[in-house]
Amino acid sequence: MSAVFWKELADHLGSKRFVIFFFLILIVGGASTYLAAQALSGTQQGAEFIYLRLFTVSGGGLPSFLGFLAFFGPLIGVVLGFDAINSEFNRGTVSRVLAQPIYRDWWINGKFLAGITALAIAVASIILIIVGLGLYILGFPPDGAEISRTAMFFVISVVYLGFWLSLGILFSIVFRQTATSALASIAVWLFFTLFLYMLAGLIADQVAPIKPGVGADVFAKHESIRDLILRFSPVALYEEATTAILIPSYRGLGIAALLQEATIPTSPLPLGQSLLIVWPQLVGLVALTSVCFAISYVIFMRREIRST
Amino acid sequence: MPVVEAKGLKKYYDGVKAVDDLDLVIEEGEIYGLLGPNGAGKTTTILILLGLTEPTAGEVRVLGHDPAREPLQVKRVTGYLPENLGFYEDLSARENLLYTAYLNRIPEREARKRVAEVLELVGLAEVADRRVGTFSRGMKQRLGIADVLLKEPRFVILDEPTSGIDPEGAVQILDMIVRLRDERGMTILLSSHLLHQVQRICDRMGIIHQGKLVAQGTLGELGAVVEEGQRLFEVRASRVDEGLLEALRGIEGVVGVEHEGDLIRVRATAEVRPRIARAVIEAGADLLELKGHTYTLEEIYLRYFQG
Repeated sequence: MSAVFWKELADHLGSKRFVIFFFLILIVGGASTYLAAQALSGTQQGAEFIYLRLFTVSGGGLPSFLGFLAFFGPLIGVVLGFDAINSEFNRGTVSRVLAQPIYRDWWINGKFLAGITALAIAVASIILIIVGLGLYILGFPPDGAEISRTAMFFVISVVYLGFWLSLGILFSIVFRQTATSALASIAVWLFFTLFLYMLAGLIADQVAPIKPGVGADVFAKHESIRDLILRFSPVALYEEATTAILIPSYRGLGIAALLQEATIPTSPLPLGQSLLIVWPQLVGLVALTSVCFAISYVIFMRREIRST
Repeated sequence: MPVVEAKGLKKYYDGVKAVDDLDLVIEEGEIYGLLGPNGAGKTTTILILLGLTEPTAGEVRVLGHDPAREPLQVKRVTGYLPENLGFYEDLSARENLLYTAYLNRIPEREARKRVAEVLELVGLAEVADRRVGTFSRGMKQRLGIADVLLKEPRFVILDEPTSGIDPEGAVQILDMIVRLRDERGMTILLSSHLLHQVQRICDRMGIIHQGKLVAQGTLGELGAVVEEGQRLFEVRASRVDEGLLEALRGIEGVVGVEHEGDLIRVRATAEVRPRIARAVIEAGADLLELKGHTYTLEEIYLRYFQG
């Protein structure tokens, strides 16, 4: 498997599409962080979790780095995966590779690991660049809690991008044409980043319409339905998970927290407690990735290897 | 132990029979030619042997292993040159081969040595560091053979190794195949529809038609089957007339006489050459030529697909 891993990793890091996307994120991420840092500058040292706010605060019309990664991150994951298998079929390399003594799942696993390593390298370097930029603008170093939360943010981001990578690989197995799998990947991306939010709102409005004078229970029902639907979206899961990690005072999701805001203390939670809040979201992300893998295996293991 | 042993092999695609009740035995150290028109089931049979597709029914053993259940054991000792061969075009010939070597878990140093050797063997040593994207079809095919040899297989499957190659390149490849058997003792399964090439190098061959193996054996055996116990003699005489033809028809064992100009074809169930010679002389003509006809693979093949 390591042979597959190293070859694929070298291919990714040398590929034009990877370089293009890397610089795209770097530029936009850098710009949004710079504007956030501008907005935050003047804050004194000791202000709470200033480095984490670099990722979440938006300024000057640009979305925050977090929002940007949640929206465009999937595209990078998908781009690294959408032609993983079908291009091998189209090039005729699949017969040659699978005539070698390797298991078929090694091949998929090697490709996935190489993709996720490339993504991890990209995300890590961008986060480090942003922190460096913060250091330059703010003029004081991050403390331990900030570093550990940033590391956690990194891990969750990689898991999130890994889901999209595995989706891309799944489509590259299902569809014989690379163009089809690219379009299918983009369709899923648009569905989860745009349409599902509208759809969730629409369904919640139908089931529990909010009219003037309705009680808090209707409000709560409306919100919980919306949340329930959004929980199927990896984008929403990622946003919730990273919000809790990057905003230490964040205590919960949904209407309960909203209604009780006045009575809840706003002091920051320790990292362990924040993790506890987002544990279901994390498990959800990993589960979605596993589902993609399971389907990929089932289809690919029994597929006839004939290059056309 | 035979290298390949297949019994009652079947493969159906949505009810269409691609391979239908096929029995195949390939012995160690022979070159076996699998012949048949496009779509006869040659490639499907090969894919089953490699475990790249599962048979609907039937038993297969390749060097004692079941390719569907123990694909790795089979692939460790089997080299496969697919029909539509592809390489990573951005990588050089050497890098492509090194990747194959690593997939076979050949250690780095040994891999580099073997890659240099096989590139030398197929005559690509000088272009080893050029991108494969710049290679011609014939060069890619030779690189494919290098790729197959890298793991030092005992059994090699070549699917249409000479299709789309110019005659000179095809001859080179065929010579290489014969050398593999002679010098390295490899067993080779070759599929092709280029009959004269198969005839030249194969020890035994099987004709496959609509998924069934309709005949197999050496060229002589196949010819004998086509003859159905009859032999064909070609006679050339200086003068052909009705008297001579009548005399030939009168020979015991002769079942048919036909002629075309001065060439007479005599079909008989026994060796009748001496009596033909006498009949020609007795008819007052000179005997110019008398020989037994040997069937070419092409004639045998066409007999199967026309008759």
